Amino acid sequence: MIKAININKSFGDKHVLKNITTEFLPGQNNLIIGQSGSGKTVLMKCLVGLFGIDSGEILYDDRVFSKMSFKQKKSIRKEIGMLFQGGALFDYMTVEENVMFPLNMFSNMSLDERKKRVDFCLERVHLEHANKLMPSELSGGMIKRVAIARAISLNPKYLFCDEPNSGLDPQTANVIDNLIDEITKEYNITTIINTHDMNSVVEIGDKVAFIYKGELWWEGGKEDILNTDNKEINEFVFASELTRKLKQ
Amino acid sequence: MRLISDLGKYLLLMKEVFVRPDRMRYFFRQVLVEFQSLGIDSLGIVIIISMFMGAVVAIQTAYNIDNPLIPLTMVGFTVRQSIILEFSPTMISLVLAGKVGSRVASEIGTMRVTEQIDALEIMGVNPANFLIQPKVFAAVIIFPAIIIFSMGFALFGGWLACVVTNIVTSNDYITGLRSWFDPYTITYALIKTAVFAFIITSVAGFQGYETKGGALEVGTASTKAVVYSSILIIVSNLILTQLLLA
Ligand SMILES: Nc1ncnc2c1ncn2[C@@H]1O[C@H](COP(=O)(O)OP(=O)(O)OP(=O)(O)O)[C@@H](O)[C@H]1O
Ligand SMILES: [Mg+2]
Repeated sequence: MIKAININKSFGDKHVLKNITTEFLPGQNNLIIGQSGSGKTVLMKCLVGLFGIDSGEILYDDRVFSKMSFKQKKSIRKEIGMLFQGGALFDYMTVEENVMFPLNMFSNMSLDERKKRVDFCLERVHLEHANKLMPSELSGGMIKRVAIARAISLNPKYLFCDEPNSGLDPQTANVIDNLIDEITKEYNITTIINTHDMNSVVEIGDKVAFIYKGELWWEGGKEDILNTDNKEINEFVFASELTRKLKQ
Repeated sequence: MRLISDLGKYLLLMKEVFVRPDRMRYFFRQVLVEFQSLGIDSLGIVIIISMFMGAVVAIQTAYNIDNPLIPLTMVGFTVRQSIILEFSPTMISLVLAGKVGSRVASEIGTMRVTEQIDALEIMGVNPANFLIQPKVFAAVIIFPAIIIFSMGFALFGGWLACVVTNIVTSNDYITGLRSWFDPYTITYALIKTAVFAFIITSVAGFQGYETKGGALEVGTASTKAVVYSSILIIVSNLILTQLLLA
């Protein structure tokens, strides 16, 4: 479980995150939704420690992450997998080397075991025959899937995904959503997903947190979100013609 | 003000760079890779520049000696001294600042703007140490080796020029090369080069690491890397010469 208690974050005099308090449970897809620029990525980067926070606390299963030194954070980071908005694959390494990288750095497995683990992870993301390709030879959807494989290679307890299916066609987006959902349930991972995709929300949103201009505006399950009468959330959810039609 | 804050940031980064690597085996492997990409890949251009440089210095020296009392063996001697003391270590280092510096800055800068550095950090790797340390290490070892090559080819270029143009005989040139040789000049040149190698890779690493934005900023970072490291090379050249030769 990850807890955020009253976190604030500003860039200069721009107050981006305002008093965010929430918790993310294991074995669940915790979705963070909100308009572009509302602060989703900043929130995620604060949670994993890429941005320092101005005030508040971040707890990973009661370990106070926000007060740790770089060295102490390291032990928690080995339990974190993260999928970046652009994939962030190491572009001078092959797919296989990318997925193997965390294992090389932090496991004591033999080469054989590492290779097996890589094949297993690539199989999970349905990329069995891509081992020797370079990132420049992959499509957008494949990049995201390799990034997921890399994020899960060390069996993370916490998985962060920043817009895992933005820029993908609806089918591929669905494949990726289901993949994350499967892994989360199977290994009881605490998964946090940033998205603007309403389809993901209704498909896999075990818990949904709506960020509005840097504030945590609303929280609930996927069933509640379609029936709430909160004005801002309705504007967000029913912004498109399609969703409005579906509601009627 | 900017300068002081940049210097502070640079020193802070170096503090992160020079710690024990997470995985020694990985570190050594990376150093080998960098030998190739920072050193061996630059050999071609170094050889070409060195030969022409040696040839020009030889012809110019011969041209300047019009006093019949000065023996033509002076040409070989002068070429050797100027190549070893200054042309090879400083000029080739400036060329390498352009080639290697821009490469290192753009490589690390691209990793920064595509969040690859964030990805490393999330995994619990110290990215500054992981990315910059092997490059600095490799350059400090391989650049002096390159400079030795450069010296050899420059002296050969000088010889070729003398023989082809017939201004100095091969014998005179070689006799000149071998007279009054002080091995310390080589030591001095190699120490200089090692310092320049450190400057080039650490400054370029810093510029790349601090990149913010996108592709445009990566370009700016690599230009800055070349400009700053060239200036630092010129300045430290003066200081080192004063320290080591005076
Ligand atoms: N490094 C930074 N420095 C200054 N301001 C920043 C920085 N990163 C983000 N911001 C600002 O914080 C705000 C929130 O940005 P953020 O990236 O979190 O949005 P987002 O909700 O992830 O949007 P999107 O859905 O488009 O990815 C924006 O107004 C942005 O300008
Ligand atoms: Mg974002």
